[in-house]
Amino acid sequence: MNESHPLLEMRSVNAHYGAVHALKDVDLAIYPGELVCLLGGNASGKSTTLKTLLGMLIPTSGEVLLDGEVVTERPISYRVKKGVTMVPENRRLFKRLSVKDNLELGAYLRKDTDHINADMERVFELFPRVKERLSQKAGTLSGGEQQMVAIGRALMAGPRVLLMDEPSMGLAPALVQQNFELIQQIHEAGMTVFMVEQNANMALSIADRGWVLQTGRVVLDDTAEKLLAHPDLRTSYLGGKES
Amino acid sequence: MTTTAGLLIRRVPAAWRRVVRIGALGALGQVFISLSGMPVRLDVREIVVPILSLGYLVVLAAPLVVGVLLGRRPEHSGFLANPPSNRDLVIGATTGGLMAGGGLSILALLLAGFDLRDPLINWSPQLLEFLSFGRGTGAGFIVWLVIGAGLGMVGGTLRLATSRTQKVIMTMALTVVAAAILESLVVDLVEGVKLEALVEWMYAPRGGVTLLGAAVLAIVSGVLSFVGQGRIKTVQARVQAMEGPKRTRVNLTLIAGVGVVMILLPLLVGKLTNELLANVGLFVLLALGLNVVVGLAGILDLGYVAFFAVGSYSTAVLTAATSPRIAPELPWFVALILVIFIAILVGLFIGAPVIRMRGDYLAIVTLGFGEIIRLLFLSDWLSGWFGGSQGITAIDGVDVFGLLTVDGTNPRRVFYLVLFFCAIAIYISWRLERSRLGRAWMAVREDEPVAEAMGINTVNVKLMAFVVGAVLGSFGGAIFVAKVGSVFPTSFLILVSIIILVVVIFGGMGNIFGVIAGAVVLIGVLGGPKQPGLLVEFSEFKLLIYGALLVWMMLARPEGLIPSARRSRELHQEEFLQDAWLRGEIDTDESNDPQTAGPTQTTDSDGGP
Repeated sequence: MNESHPLLEMRSVNAHYGAVHALKDVDLAIYPGELVCLLGGNASGKSTTLKTLLGMLIPTSGEVLLDGEVVTERPISYRVKKGVTMVPENRRLFKRLSVKDNLELGAYLRKDTDHINADMERVFELFPRVKERLSQKAGTLSGGEQQMVAIGRALMAGPRVLLMDEPSMGLAPALVQQNFELIQQIHEAGMTVFMVEQNANMALSIADRGWVLQTGRVVLDDTAEKLLAHPDLRTSYLGGKES
Repeated sequence: MTTTAGLLIRRVPAAWRRVVRIGALGALGQVFISLSGMPVRLDVREIVVPILSLGYLVVLAAPLVVGVLLGRRPEHSGFLANPPSNRDLVIGATTGGLMAGGGLSILALLLAGFDLRDPLINWSPQLLEFLSFGRGTGAGFIVWLVIGAGLGMVGGTLRLATSRTQKVIMTMALTVVAAAILESLVVDLVEGVKLEALVEWMYAPRGGVTLLGAAVLAIVSGVLSFVGQGRIKTVQARVQAMEGPKRTRVNLTLIAGVGVVMILLPLLVGKLTNELLANVGLFVLLALGLNVVVGLAGILDLGYVAFFAVGSYSTAVLTAATSPRIAPELPWFVALILVIFIAILVGLFIGAPVIRMRGDYLAIVTLGFGEIIRLLFLSDWLSGWFGGSQGITAIDGVDVFGLLTVDGTNPRRVFYLVLFFCAIAIYISWRLERSRLGRAWMAVREDEPVAEAMGINTVNVKLMAFVVGAVLGSFGGAIFVAKVGSVFPTSFLILVSIIILVVVIFGGMGNIFGVIAGAVVLIGVLGGPKQPGLLVEFSEFKLLIYGALLVWMMLARPEGLIPSARRSRELHQEEFLQDAWLRGEIDTDESNDPQTAGPTQTTDSDGGP
């Protein structure tokens, strides 16, 4: 684990949807270069955590810190500019726009053309197939290619930390496998990744550390190996999928 | 064996049920159209002299359409059924046509026997006269049966021909009808180039194409269509395959060509046609403005007329000497600059509350604002400023550098003014579509939450769309004032919003050329809210036809006349999916990827670098 100060941090965050207490005193810290995952069953508060980190939701109490700076009340655009980017659940590409448009929209807030072009080249290096499909409409790509574009689009924002919302959601097994390989690949290229997942085995197989969230509370916080070895991780904490 | 037999027995009635259903719908349609009064009213307009008038064309269309529909391969819950044998097909189509024609036969009998004129104002002796060809009810009864069956058969048989023949026949028929509909335009144009002799044989003295003219037109268009088929597509494909400067050159040449035609056209035609052109241009301008809002940013604005009204009234107040409260009597072009600012303010003012809503709610609120603006101009409260229901009259035209004045008395000049602003609007739309803002609009239209997650300030971006739409709409208003010389609240009814929207939808949302084509077809041929089109006789039935066209469009071609590729893909996504699913290319996990083919998936998983 990196001992420097965290890149993205949540300090005793509480969030509400009306009367529903969605997050209860959640503490998270993501350090530079890490690949970490947040596990949890349905309605455990995973998405709420993600929304709070990105700024789609302002918590009722607690703080969100980006590189030591309090950004709790800052808008999404500010955080995106400062290096927090999300890859939405189910890819959610702009299907009727070209791949190029999709990538350029990823860099929407940036104005430094040279750096944008450099980042575009970097995406092509990572995913050469994307370059071949540049003028095609994103919706016509295969599932695997769409994933590359989704990640590429996020990378175009020049992020320091990538938030991945349920990368395995609604995908065929072969594509889930591939998606996790892509995540590992960008992680190995130096990206800090925070992912939210239901598929515990898959996520923990590539993650360094993980948290388990249950009804809005962090109930486990450990390294990936220990979490994997935890006897009743699934039955007691992840909505009893196996029961 | 018994099950097979059972299926067979069940299948025959299914096919017949279809015939009866479509035939009955045709008959109902016929009766409805007849009782709407359309045929009688349109009978005065000749299409081919002396055999076919527009009135008869309208009623004859029904059995023909029934025949064509029955000639199609039947579809059962999304699957194409086995095609019927040729004999069955022709028999079915003939029967359907017979039923459709029969509707009129029965109507003729009823007309002769009963008097229902009280609720149905078109239940008139004229209709009976029309339906019986002036030869007595019995003759009418028989003739419609025969005509119906005949047209049904023709329609059905058409489907048996090769697609090439079908196209040739369609082109021939459409050319003759178009020649008749565009008569005033063609005659005007021909007179402009002093070639009257060329068309004297073509058009009858009292309107309509002559038999000789029809025959020549049909043959020429038929031959052209036969020879030309496939070539246009080849040329299109070749242009599309071009890249970089070559493509740009072709595009520039095309644009220059169209520009030259648009500049020369008004010189060749007379006052009435110029008036028509100016009206069409005005609606092109308005539709382009609404297209930014609806087509690019995906905001369904049902109150677009508000911006048109604001543009009109502010121009009137700023330029007219007769303006009730303040009358700065500014020159039109100076006023226009202020009008732009006013439009921006109003766009922000209306947009700010509206933009935070989504979908249906947004549409309803914009509808409300459209009416509120009109009622404000009408109200006693502001009548000191805007004249209330009296409006503002006697407004001078546009004074162009003291050289000439553009006003309603000279439609040619008005057209040039409109053309100038259309060119600006086209350029703005075209540039915006390719700009950063344009991309943001499309992102918001495609998936608003994701656009937001990418840091796009969706509220600002949507407001910008509203403002651009407002400015283009106010241009329309400013020209409108210069053209008609007066403003009244009644010029800004909801109907105007609806018609502009129909133009955008009909032409193809999000596509500049589609929008222009939509305005030319709808406003040019059918006419605008108050402006007559080429088919003046239609004006009474304009809304009926607009409605019918819109419904048909939504069913048959939801992407519009000239769709943007993007739009078309979205709307036919389901079909793509279904087709792919039928080919066994999609597994259920991947149902949101239209074109994921099975084999590609396997290559994908090891295709990463």
